[in-house]
Amino acid sequence: MSGALHAVTMPKWGLSMQEAKIVEWKVPVGGEALSGDEVVDIETEKIAAAVEARHSGVLRRHIAQEDDVLPVGALLAVIAGADATDSEIDAFVADFQASFVPPDPTASEVGVPTDTVDLSGGVIRYLRRGDSGDVVILVHGFGGDLNNWLFTHEPLAAEHVVYALDLPGHGGSTRDVGDGSLEDFADTLSDFMAALGIANAHLVGHSMGGAIALTFALAHPDLTASLTLIGSAGLGAEIDGTYIDGFVHARRRRDLKPHLEKLFSDPSLITRQLVEDVLRYKRLDGVQDALATVAGQLFPGGRQAAVLRDQLDQLMLPVQVICGVEDRIIPPSHALGLPADVATHTVTGAGHMVQMEASAEVNRLIRDLAG
Amino acid sequence: MGIKTFQQAISEALALEMERDERVIVMGEDIVGGSGADGEMDAWGGPLGVTKGLWGKFGDRVLDTPITESAFIGAAIGAATTGLRPVVELMFIDFMGVCFDQIFNQAAKFRYMFGGKAETPVVIRTMFGAGLRAAAQHSQCLYPLFTHIPGLKVVVPSTPYDAKGLLIEAIRDNDPVIFCEHKLLYTQEGEVPDEAYTIPFGEAAVVREGEDLTIVTLGRMVHRAVEAAEALAGSGIDCEIVDLRTTSPMDEDAILESVENTGRLVVVDEANPRCNIATDISALVAQSAFDALKAPIRMVTAPHSPVPFSDALEDLYIPTAASIEAAARELAEYRS
Repeated sequence: MSGALHAVTMPKWGLSMQEAKIVEWKVPVGGEALSGDEVVDIETEKIAAAVEARHSGVLRRHIAQEDDVLPVGALLAVIAGADATDSEIDAFVADFQASFVPPDPTASEVGVPTDTVDLSGGVIRYLRRGDSGDVVILVHGFGGDLNNWLFTHEPLAAEHVVYALDLPGHGGSTRDVGDGSLEDFADTLSDFMAALGIANAHLVGHSMGGAIALTFALAHPDLTASLTLIGSAGLGAEIDGTYIDGFVHARRRRDLKPHLEKLFSDPSLITRQLVEDVLRYKRLDGVQDALATVAGQLFPGGRQAAVLRDQLDQLMLPVQVICGVEDRIIPPSHALGLPADVATHTVTGAGHMVQMEASAEVNRLIRDLAG
Repeated sequence: MGIKTFQQAISEALALEMERDERVIVMGEDIVGGSGADGEMDAWGGPLGVTKGLWGKFGDRVLDTPITESAFIGAAIGAATTGLRPVVELMFIDFMGVCFDQIFNQAAKFRYMFGGKAETPVVIRTMFGAGLRAAAQHSQCLYPLFTHIPGLKVVVPSTPYDAKGLLIEAIRDNDPVIFCEHKLLYTQEGEVPDEAYTIPFGEAAVVREGEDLTIVTLGRMVHRAVEAAEALAGSGIDCEIVDLRTTSPMDEDAILESVENTGRLVVVDEANPRCNIATDISALVAQSAFDALKAPIRMVTAPHSPVPFSDALEDLYIPTAASIEAAARELAEYRS
């Protein structure tokens, strides 16, 4: 029977996460949870989001209570079949708690989860998760980094080998963005795949990363297994130019925060720590120049320079487009009127950062397409 | 990225800027050969070793000076007006007295008196603060004096990350900057990126968010405030801590925003209590956020006395986590 008992544990979202607070249970005791369903809302010092069920079954017990603060890895709930007895669940919980060792908060960066690879264009930082299955590569957007996929790394890694990289000019990668064109970024992506021996990958791109993934797929259809474009650039000319400009030039918290708030349907998700993290990145020498180069190339005059929607029908591979209904950066209407074989998913209650605000749904859609 | 000390963060900032801009020079007492070094170059690196290693990399751009503060501070200011970007180390802030004319009347006034046509990109790095058993002439917190003078920028960092970013900002700034390093913070550790980065002046850091009470502080006292806030959290008193980082310019918005939210203010300043940063902030809040206050403002400062040489008395002199905690409790319990 014990094989049918599953622990829902505190996830680790990003390098610095140590603990989080239980905000609200989404599935009551006795309620049914399907794999991928949101089980509980939690809040870290950086962001609030939902923990997903990794197995289907009945939510038999809440171990954590609302307002509890628990470390990464701690037991939150037990999912089991309806036929598991209470004593089996008691034993399962006792076993888990007896062997659980909370992470040592002073052991910073032990087993650093990111790696770097030296390409001809410079050093690229990336994260790799998962041991088997098809390769999925996650490509972030303008001003982002691999942590934009915080809620996607682990859920996809169960059945896939997941890579998330920092594009040039972003995160822990080289500041050299070349001419900042989509073609340059797509070349980085093919160099990255070649260097890591990746023959074929499902590409998932967010915003500018979507336009990069699309550019890559058009140039290298043989290397692309499928394409998931989220809040994607490259599908229309409009973009909020004040966001791009504000993000590039803001040096102070008060100037940056209103721009970051435009990214989410729920602006309260922008915590002080999140703003501070973006500022810490933007303060590094070379970042502002890199961002300005990219913005000048891709979004001159507050418009998107490259509109690739007419080329979508050249792609003989599965393509899906996901957009947040409340996207204030790139109009969600860009996801409409695409070729019939492109699956379009509009997500309510999400803004531009769909993969963070509706991670469970986005992860499910990626899994569905990547098989 | 890695865990570095406050001292390493400052050293790294100097090395990166000297690498980047050959106009950057450093000068000060014992920063190359040093006392007792028997003529060996790069033996000392300043009293705390902050500049050690620079002479090997940058040679003559690292200048040992005689023990003549009035002369070498004047020389650094003069060099700045000719286009160099000197970072000059004045060992103890207490010795600034002999350089007041150069700093107050010359460096601070050039831009204004020459109609904006003159720039004085000099950084004066200096140690301050009590706790090192260094007695009355080597332990003062004199940043309020410099904050008082228009034309100077004044930086008082509390963490290694801030120290590096603020020092690089100071070196790239075209005005004279007084960069004040608390002598008990040099061993403080924290995450510091390897690359160069800048933190703008006049932007406070909210190092802890809270709803019940605001503690505005700076320098070493930030850490004592955090300690106090942790103790207070156990009693359900939720403190917000605002670390000023720079006293000139000062982030008035951050202070007012926080007090408008919490309604209670404790200001912690290691300086003597008359005309210090605590009085300045108290006046600002009384003037601009009076309606938000639910209780009187409390200032936690050193007493109006020289820093004692006796260990026991020096410990009593410096504001402690316990004294901050007591002030906060008093305000939390205050009923008007």
